[in-house]
Order: sequence, then structure tokens, then C-alpha cells
Amino acid sequence: MKNSRLKLLSSPYIVWAVIFIIVPLGMVFYYGLTDKTGAFTLENVMAVMSEEHAKALWISLGLSLLSTAVCFFLAYPLAMILAHMNVNQHSFIVLIFILPMWMNFLLRTLAWQTLLEKTGAINNLLSFFHLPPLNIINTPYAIVLGMVYNFLPFMVLPIYNALVKIDPNVVNAAKDLGANPIQTFFKITLPLSIPGIISGITMVFIPALTTFVISKLLGGSKILLIGNVIEEEFTQAGNWHLGSGLSIVLMIFILINMAASAIFDKDGEGGLL
Amino acid sequence: MKKIFLLFICSAILLSLAGCGSSSSGENGEVIVYNWGEYLDPEAIRLFEEETGIKVIYDEFETNEIMYPKVEAGATEYDVICPSDYMIQKMLENDLLAELDFNNIPNAKANIGVPYWEQSKEFDPENKYSVPYCWGTVGILYNKTMVDGTIDSWSVLWDEKYKDNILMQDSVRDAFMVGLKLNGFSMNSTDAGELETAKNSLIQQKPLVQAYVVDQVRDKMIGNEAAIGVIYSGEAIYTQRENPDLEYVIPKEGTNIWIDSWVIPKNAPNKENGEKFIDFMCRPEIALINFEYITYSTPNDAARELIEDDDIRNSSIAFPDLSQYQNLETFQYLGEEADRLYNDLWKEIKSE
Repeated sequence: MKNSRLKLLSSPYIVWAVIFIIVPLGMVFYYGLTDKTGAFTLENVMAVMSEEHAKALWISLGLSLLSTAVCFFLAYPLAMILAHMNVNQHSFIVLIFILPMWMNFLLRTLAWQTLLEKTGAINNLLSFFHLPPLNIINTPYAIVLGMVYNFLPFMVLPIYNALVKIDPNVVNAAKDLGANPIQTFFKITLPLSIPGIISGITMVFIPALTTFVISKLLGGSKILLIGNVIEEEFTQAGNWHLGSGLSIVLMIFILINMAASAIFDKDGEGGLL
Repeated sequence: MKKIFLLFICSAILLSLAGCGSSSSGENGEVIVYNWGEYLDPEAIRLFEEETGIKVIYDEFETNEIMYPKVEAGATEYDVICPSDYMIQKMLENDLLAELDFNNIPNAKANIGVPYWEQSKEFDPENKYSVPYCWGTVGILYNKTMVDGTIDSWSVLWDEKYKDNILMQDSVRDAFMVGLKLNGFSMNSTDAGELETAKNSLIQQKPLVQAYVVDQVRDKMIGNEAAIGVIYSGEAIYTQRENPDLEYVIPKEGTNIWIDSWVIPKNAPNKENGEKFIDFMCRPEIALINFEYITYSTPNDAARELIEDDDIRNSSIAFPDLSQYQNLETFQYLGEEADRLYNDLWKEIKSE
């Protein structure tokens, strides 16, 4: 009885998942694996091997890996500082961190465009102090900056969650047994926070890999990411089959990433919040 | 208990779906309009609703290419759409447009100048399916304080001097138009060799380009962000209002002369209301407030007469004397195969 009621309660979510996840996914696979006449083909998926597509994929992988690494090295110390604060302080700082996320992602990225422009706010400030201008707009650096800025909270929060869950007694035991702070960190804290790290990596890497807005706004459309290729196939070239085929290739990378996180994070400890 | 709950959920879903579908229509029905973004004065819509009692449902698109699949698939049934020349040709070839009853649109033939009907024949040979709404050219917008020498050629976009100061159009046909015209070819070329030459020119240009943009040319040029940009003439007047240092020129190698026209798709649910809407937009005083709002050249001669400011009425940007220029062309729909060739070459440029 109890079980069936639970099932019933989940029915809105099942309907939601079917309409907005399963059906669109099915359509992507249908379009991706057929040609214009509706016959089965692998051509759209194999198209990723072509020079332009492969290059776009490599650049996307490179930039998103770089952003993920930068996010990690920025987020870990911050998460540690947060985890060591008392409750009142840290909830305030977490709030400050989440606050920008209440604003639309597109607006925040556009704001960076205005900040970084040649005649933008940052360069005006620099020239006021007679410092050399910052010329990173429309380069890969600006794209990485945009990715790091937009996705950093997704790295901080899971790591922070993993860190606060560590029993302080475990750390104290290590200290009692003569471990110095560096040893304690590498033998105790870091291994125990791995689920959070993996979850953070997934949540930064996947959106960074698939983005097309950031490269358009901050990269001046000069750097073609795989997300841009797919977007243009749908909106400009009107070739939904190729767009879907390339989306399937991206999904493979996402699945690999998710499989890796499933192995490390068996209990789902690293979930966000 | 279980059944009640299920019933509750079902009715909740149904109610929310029904809520989306039923919007109150005007006393005389409705008309569903699909137009370019920022391409109509909202005041004109309000006046139309007030006078006719027909409710206007207004929807916007960013490019012809985004608009087309929506209309082709019949996902939404529109009554009036405003595509560009070559896209109207494509829609005609695919039998998507309804013939207009010009008895219901008396203002069209009365007010819109003959040359525009003549030019429309390139894509609508008998003037039976479309009514010109806006027209213009594509040219170079430059900042007088940031360039030296006369700017009158596309080749300036290849000048090393302006490295990182050039804004190019981020759309296939517009970008290739520049590349093809630079090399003296037709912008409707489907010749693989000519397109290859244009592609190589555009690849050669890429290191000099600051960014590929569409609508942002306007804001970036106003903000002195770049020295030179490729822009639609309709935007040029607006940018000059905001930044007097800007000047617009039609390059000597020729350019694109385009028309956006009202059409009615075959599956339009309210064709008569659609024709009323088009007729209303062709009234001189309505076309005038529209022109003043969007600053795109109007083909409505009667409206042009009403413009009070002499500088604007005789502006060489809004109403250029086309006989002075050579090699002006209108885009044509080149067929699926050529479309694919263009797109593939464009991808090669972008991934370079």
C-alpha cells in the first residue's frame, strides 16, 4: 500500500521526465541516426571525424578541461575556508556565492562582455591608473574566464558539502598519531572529499563542454566550439540530422563522465546542497 | 483515495494545458503576426487593435533561417509573416504562401512605389504573394575619427591597419556576399571555384576581425568599440543619431539590396484579418510612425512625403539614389545543394 502510494506521488515527475527528457532524447536519436529520407545512417555521427568538427570538439574539450581545472584550484581552498567557519559566517558567505546565480546566466555573460571590451569598464579603470590594457575579449582566455565565472559555484558547493561531512574526530585522530597538517590533508581530508570533487568536476565540465553562448558572446564567434557547430546546424543550416548526430557524440562524453562519477560517488554523497 | 488523487493530478495537468491554449481574442477575432525583432512600432499595433477590434498576437524571429522551419512544419499557424526576398522565393518554391487578395489591401498599390514592386519581381514574379515592408542596402559603417583616407570599398575590411577593429556579419549569406563582391563575383554565385576564392578571402580576413556579430554591430559601433563594421542601412541611421562620428557608405564593388515583405502563409487561420493588418501597415501615417521608430527605409512613397525632417527625407542612407551604384543585387534562393555548400565553407572559415 505504502509503496504504491509512493509511486503515485512520483507520477508528476514521471510525466515530466517523459515529456521533457525521454521524448526529446528519442527525437535526438531518431534525427541523429537517420538521413533526410528517414533511412538509417551513421553518417551524422561519423561526421565528427571531419576536420572542422573534430577541431571544434578538441577545442571544446581543451577549454572545458582547463576551466574545470581552474575551477577546482579556486574552489577547493575556498570550500575549506567555508567548512572551517562557524555556522553563521559560512551561511552568509555561501549566500554571497549563490547570489549572482539568481541573475540570468545570459545577462551575467553579457555583463562580462561589457566589462572586458576594449573601451569597457576594466580597461577604463586600468588606463586611469596608467596600466596597460587588458586585451582578452574575443580570445580563448575570455571564454575560459566566462566558463570559470559561471560554473565556479557548481564546484564550490559539492566540495564544501563533502568537507563539512568529514567527522572532525578523524582529522583529530590523524593529528594525535603524529601526522603533520600536510599529511593530514593528503591522507585524510582529500580522499574523504573525493565524492564532492567528482560531483563538482561533472557539474562544471559538462556545461562547459556543451556551451555555445559563452563562446559567442565572449569569443566574438571567432572560436568555433562543438556547441556552436550544433547550434548553427539547427538554426542556420537547418540540418537537424547532422546537429542531432553530433549531439549524440557529445552525449557519449557526458556518459563517460557520469560513469566515472558513479564509480567514485557510490552513495551520492557529493550531491549539490 | 488513490483514484481521487489520480483524478486530481489529471485535472491539474489538463487545467494547466487548457490555461496555455485559451487566450481571450478580440471582438473581431485575432491575427497572428511573425516579424523580425524590433521591426514594428508597438504603437502601430495598438492603433490597429483599437480601430479594428482585432487582437494582434505578435511573435518575433532573429533570422530567416530560424523562421523557416517553424512555418514549414506548421508548428504554429501564422497569419502574417515578414521574410526577406530570397526566403520568400524559397517559401514560394515550396508552396507555403497564399495568394493575396489585393482588393482587401488597397493601400499597398496606392502608396508603395513602383520600383519596389519591380524589384520584388525577382522573387515574386507576378507580385501576387508579397507586399514590400522595408528595404535597404548592406554597407560599411565607419568611425570618422578612427579611420584615414576614403572608405568606399570592401577591401578596407582586409586592411592590416584596422586589425582587431573590424566587425563582420555572423551569418553565412551576408559574410559571403562581402567575400564574393570583393572578388567581383555575383553574390548569388553557386560556382564552386568562385565560392572557394571568396572563402579564402574570408579566411585571410579572419585574423583582422575583432568579432563576428549580428545585431551587436550597432551597439559596438556606437560605443567606439571598433572602427569599421558591416551593417544594414536601416541600423546606420539609428547609430548616427547616437554617435555622430559614424558614417555609412555603400561600397563601389556593389552590395546587397534587400526587401522584407509581408506574406500570408497557406495555412493561415485568419487570412482576411491578415490582409487587413497588411493594409493598415501600408497606410502613409502608420508607415511613417513605423519608419521613425525602426529607421529602416520604407518603400511607402506616401509616407516618405510626410517625413518632416528634410535631412531624413533626402538622406542618402535611407533613400539612396540607386542609379549611382553598380552591381547591386538581391539575394536569391539557391536551392538546397548550394545552401549546403555555403554552410560547409562557412564552417571551414569559422573553424580556421
